[in-house]
Amino acid sequence: MKISRFFKTILMADFISGLFIAIKELFKPKKTINYPFEKGKISPRYRGEHALRRYPNGEERCIACKLCEAVCPAQAITIESSERADGSRKTTRYDIDMMKCIYCGLCEESCPVDAIVQGPNFEFSTETREELYYTKEKLLDNGDRWENVLAANIKSDNPYR
Amino acid sequence: MEYLDIILQESYKILFLLVPVLVSVAMIVWLDRRVWAFVQKRQGPNVVGPFGLLQSLADALKYIFKEIIIPASSNKVIFILAPIITMTLALIAWAVIPFGLEQVLADINVGILYIFAVSSLGVYGIIMGGWSSNSKYPFLGAIRSAAQMVSYEVSIGIIIINVLLCVGSLNLNDIVVAQKEMWFVIPLFPMFVIFFISALAETNRPPFDLPEAEAELVAGYQTEYSGMMYAMFWLGEYANILLMCALGSILFLGGWLSPIDLYPFNLIPGALWLIFKILFLFILFALVKAIVPRYRYDQLMRLGWKIFLPLSLTYVVLTASYLFYFNLLPTI
Repeated sequence: MKISRFFKTILMADFISGLFIAIKELFKPKKTINYPFEKGKISPRYRGEHALRRYPNGEERCIACKLCEAVCPAQAITIESSERADGSRKTTRYDIDMMKCIYCGLCEESCPVDAIVQGPNFEFSTETREELYYTKEKLLDNGDRWENVLAANIKSDNPYR
Repeated sequence: MEYLDIILQESYKILFLLVPVLVSVAMIVWLDRRVWAFVQKRQGPNVVGPFGLLQSLADALKYIFKEIIIPASSNKVIFILAPIITMTLALIAWAVIPFGLEQVLADINVGILYIFAVSSLGVYGIIMGGWSSNSKYPFLGAIRSAAQMVSYEVSIGIIIINVLLCVGSLNLNDIVVAQKEMWFVIPLFPMFVIFFISALAETNRPPFDLPEAEAELVAGYQTEYSGMMYAMFWLGEYANILLMCALGSILFLGGWLSPIDLYPFNLIPGALWLIFKILFLFILFALVKAIVPRYRYDQLMRLGWKIFLPLSLTYVVLTASYLFYFNLLPTI
């Protein structure tokens, strides 16, 4: 063992310098955010919880073309449709199994009328499985609740599509 | 009636010591986590109460409501007894810690021996817990813990002999008063460092937390424990850490003496000084936890037996010969 190395070991030089680094780091600003009270920035393209949107006049956008059902790689979407009294084709059932969903965003990509979208919400954990089988009502409700954000996101992302 | 009076009086005294100790144990857990987080540039617990100060109370409450699971193949009596023993032993040692010249629960003449004996008994709680769980991880953890605590107790004992040579009394108050001129940390600085490291090993703190090395042993001897029994192990562990900090400040940092014997410092009561010193040592403990990686088992044993034991023994010889040569040996 070299003499210098020996003295370094005896005087615990490495340890002491480490201690000073730790004390220096102690007073530096924190890198983490205070999560439930402040949240990280989310891109307009963020693929979070699904929502079904409506037109401004309240008519639902979905035309039951079933492209999303066909493209869904996890086969999480189930759609049934029928003709409404006014002759338009609308869904009678639009279910997403949120536990099958892999949040790939293909449904949103395939939708010709921007009806099914994935919003910025990522805090939709539940205590039971049943609550994660989303029905049409739940999805439309989501759409109503997040409409402002969704519209803004789609608009801001439009130039890049 | 007189008998009852005495019992009541003593109970009040004990409560007056025990409640602050338990509360400070809870606070110290918060401080530990907070310092650890700050070094790693995290926030640490900061939600429950102001600055997260009540985090430990929330945790304790959670532990109380959890089910206590006793493994079917365990030795039930010993299994239940183990955390109780750990916690009791960690708490009864506080009886002799002086917070001032008069402020000590039991001013006994063999205070330091008493603390030493009690902290040695602390191994039993861990061994009992590990053995009675009847499961491999707790068993291995308990073996490691026992070996580790016994080896480092040896060097702590010899370090204490150094201090006793300078004092000439086993009473903790006498040890504090003997440091009126100069704290023992100055002449015995190497011993202070070794004491600090041994205290880390003695209380199973990182970098010597091999008994609960989660990468190898899940949680060591605590693996099978749950609910309040786990919380009691945890309380005992932190009470032990605080005790070791208190012992370090009494042996080396002048206990309840103020650092400078001048006017403004004299006004601060001795108990506060002791608390400051304990906090200082504890923050060092917490910082060490944040910066040092875990030791390997053979390194741990080598450090204890091949380095600390000869070093502290040499220092005993040096101290003794110095005191003898300059005729400074304390008269008993």
